[in-house]
Amino acid sequence: MGNYIKLIVFGVIVLLALIAASYARDVAYMVNALEVALVAAVAFIWILRRTDEPVKKVDLSGEYMDGPIRIGVALTAFWGVVGFLVGVIIAFQLAFPQLNFEWAQGYLNFGRLRPLHTSAVIFAFGGTALITTSFYIVQRTSAARLWGGNLAWFVFWGYQLVILLAATGYLLGATHGKEYAEPEWYVDWWLTIVWVAYLLVFVGTIMKRKEPHIYVANWFLLSFIITVAMLHVVNNLAIPVSFFGSKSVQVFSGVQDAMTQWWYGHNAVGFFLTAGFLGMMYYFVPKQAERPVFSYKLSIIHFWALIFIYIWAGPHHLHYTALPDWASTLGMVFSVVLWMPSWGGMINGLMTLSGAWDKLRTDPVIRMMVISIGFYGMSTFEGPMMSIRAVNSLSHYTDWTIGHVHSGALGWNGMITFGALYFLVPKLWNRERLYSLSLVSWHFWLATIGIILYAAAMWVTGIMEGLMWREVDANGFLVNSFADTVAAKFPMYVVRGTGGLLFLTGAIIMCYNLWMTVKRSPAVEATNHMVPAE
Amino acid sequence: MAKQPQQHQDPDTTGHKWDGDLEEFNNPLPKWWVWIFYLTIIWGIWYTIAYPAWPGIKSATAGYLGFSTRAQVAEEIAEVETANAAITEKLASVELASISGDAELNSFALNAGEAVFNTWCVQCHGREGRGFVGYPTLSDDDWLWGGTMEDIHFTVTHGIRNEDDPEGEARYSEMPAFGVDELLEEEQVDQVVNFVMSLSGDAQDPAKVAAGAVVYEENCAACHMEDGSGDRAQGAPNLKDAIWLYGGDFASIKETVWNSRYGAMPNWNTRLSEAEIRAVATYVHQLGGGE
Ligand code: HEC
Ligand code: HEC
Repeated sequence: MGNYIKLIVFGVIVLLALIAASYARDVAYMVNALEVALVAAVAFIWILRRTDEPVKKVDLSGEYMDGPIRIGVALTAFWGVVGFLVGVIIAFQLAFPQLNFEWAQGYLNFGRLRPLHTSAVIFAFGGTALITTSFYIVQRTSAARLWGGNLAWFVFWGYQLVILLAATGYLLGATHGKEYAEPEWYVDWWLTIVWVAYLLVFVGTIMKRKEPHIYVANWFLLSFIITVAMLHVVNNLAIPVSFFGSKSVQVFSGVQDAMTQWWYGHNAVGFFLTAGFLGMMYYFVPKQAERPVFSYKLSIIHFWALIFIYIWAGPHHLHYTALPDWASTLGMVFSVVLWMPSWGGMINGLMTLSGAWDKLRTDPVIRMMVISIGFYGMSTFEGPMMSIRAVNSLSHYTDWTIGHVHSGALGWNGMITFGALYFLVPKLWNRERLYSLSLVSWHFWLATIGIILYAAAMWVTGIMEGLMWREVDANGFLVNSFADTVAAKFPMYVVRGTGGLLFLTGAIIMCYNLWMTVKRSPAVEATNHMVPAE
Repeated sequence: MAKQPQQHQDPDTTGHKWDGDLEEFNNPLPKWWVWIFYLTIIWGIWYTIAYPAWPGIKSATAGYLGFSTRAQVAEEIAEVETANAAITEKLASVELASISGDAELNSFALNAGEAVFNTWCVQCHGREGRGFVGYPTLSDDDWLWGGTMEDIHFTVTHGIRNEDDPEGEARYSEMPAFGVDELLEEEQVDQVVNFVMSLSGDAQDPAKVAAGAVVYEENCAACHMEDGSGDRAQGAPNLKDAIWLYGGDFASIKETVWNSRYGAMPNWNTRLSEAEIRAVATYVHQLGGGE
């Protein structure tokens, strides 16, 4: 019976999407509508083939729901490679503009690929990693199967659809033009639905937990899910020009829009890339180190301090602009006060290893996690420093910002995710161990050297650029033109691209290693039954 | 999972346990962490008293230091302007031709002019005025509209073929689009292009040159002059000098004759001060081709 309803729903979606495609006012909208039709058609056929087949009733309530997690692990690795690849391409496009091929103008030029890269790494790679690991963590630390039955599958595939629609939309020119919030109105609406479902699954699972306490990782993950919902909705308030077109008009304008955008942008970093990934850190680091978390007290204090203070720091993206000075001061002050709350997570992560430091020598996965925490500590020091008005007047609009973002994104988010994937694959596929620890070491070194090349190159160009822009002669006239600074950056752009290439190579090695783990490593007995710890 | 024996004494855990072996120690907050946290908070409170910070209904607290980013920028600019006031005033008022004679004024104008050029002009005219296709080289002595200080000053002030100059003095002329407007047959266009190429000693097809000379005489000489030396009053380029604004190969020249080009430059009198315009004119004049 249920299947017939599903068939009707998917059938109607196919029909509506095809109608929308035929009325489409622009290519991006048409292609997106066709994608929706295709996805719904695949779902339709998939269900059809299963309808009226005899089903074995098995009681799964005592087992964790690992289906979406397994696919999520694979897709995280996949999106990682895609995102890094596009990053390497645009890095070289900046160094060698000829790579913006004439035949690819309007599709694969830097302007189109740049949001594809940022969204692919943050939302496709990072987002899939967060959904996947949060599903894993919340089940294990609640000793409960995911709440809501197939709702978790809906969240999972729904989110992948967001990625697909957004990515093709960018290449065809559909964009809000707001950094990290580029997807157009219908993708935003769909993401909202998916995100609410995500919140329900997560909260539902915590509600039915069989443990008396909620583990610290879950606080961070919950704050991430709730805050991202709020940020997403407010920053994307827009009125579609037509229901059959991708263009929409923002509700806010001028400096209000800029402020909303950077309130969003900064907290995407704060809650998506910091709180969410701290949730990951709080589970996988103690697990891999087989040591208790360093301090429960510190975790409580830094959690509340972090989420209270982070939300006010956005204006530091708009120093010396039309933004009123008072807002800029508050943004700066909150950013500096944020330093210690951010470092609370670093201390808790690193000190968890005290008593297990020897593992750094023997276990490259732990090494990966430790360096990730190290980069986390570094970028959460650098960030407050760059938010200071005087520093910002030099660093803003330069490559220093790009370097800062990447020491956080490649170092912290990337490395902790790699660590989590190395932890998860043997567990999820019931393997005794990883296929090769020496390949993990290779990955570790390639990635680390890659990040260092990247960050160092951007520090050099960033500071050089900042100094060149403000250089004046004895009469107070500017000395350099913008093009002079671009020309001066060339060698460092090549270094940056090379760093990216190393990082990408490491990720590809990881994919091979994980694949071989599933294929070749000796199997062990399944362990996805729930065992509430007493 | 069994814990490895630890050399040192582990502190107590909170007694909570998850997922088999996840526990938390009850360690106190690190002292240095707490102190730095307090210090940043105290600093933050002071900073928000010293600088504009807390919003009210209509305005925000101004801070006792009286700081404002706009005032800071205005101050820095005012400082430089005051220091340069006398010489700027002089630059804006002396005879154009006399600037280069006054060593101090000239060097000031060159520095200022380079800064203006690198901010406003390089995008089109290239580094040191080297030019691009469609954007004339300013460092040679081949001028469309004239290379004296007066000419350059006038061109920069009012721009070329724009409708924005408030005085309506933008340099203006329009070469007809001989092809699209069907003023000439395609055959004639080919002939005259051959003739034009022969003027700079690059004849393609000698047979067509003679026919092209006739077409030229009737259609082009009024602007480009009988001998092809051009007419600065109309901004019609010299066609004999093998220096090409839009390219000197057959296809490019044919494109020019067929569609015409209509190169335009903004007027700068609404963006730059008189002193800045004079400075950049001096800079351009001394790039190598000034007359
Ligand atoms: C938007 C592009 C653009 C910018 C910016 C620009 N120019 Fe031009 N300029 C042109 C074009 C195009 C021409 C030639 C127009 C024509 O075909 O006559 C030109 C012509 C000139 C000429 C006349 C050259 C001659 O041979 O007579 C001078 C002088 C000049 N520009 C100076 C400047 C200066 C100084 C600036 C900066 C304040 C500047 N230009 C900025 C596009 C530009
Ligand atoms: C009304 C005056 C006028 C007439 C008539 C005219 N031109 Fe021009 N021509 C111009 C001007 C002005 C330009 C500068 C291009 C621009 O519009 O930016 C020009 C540019 C050119 C150029 C490009 C030179 C370069 O350096 O790239 C060529 C070639 C040319 N003309 C050939 C011709 C030929 C051949 C004819 C006759 C069939 C002709 N012109 C008739 C005014 C004229």
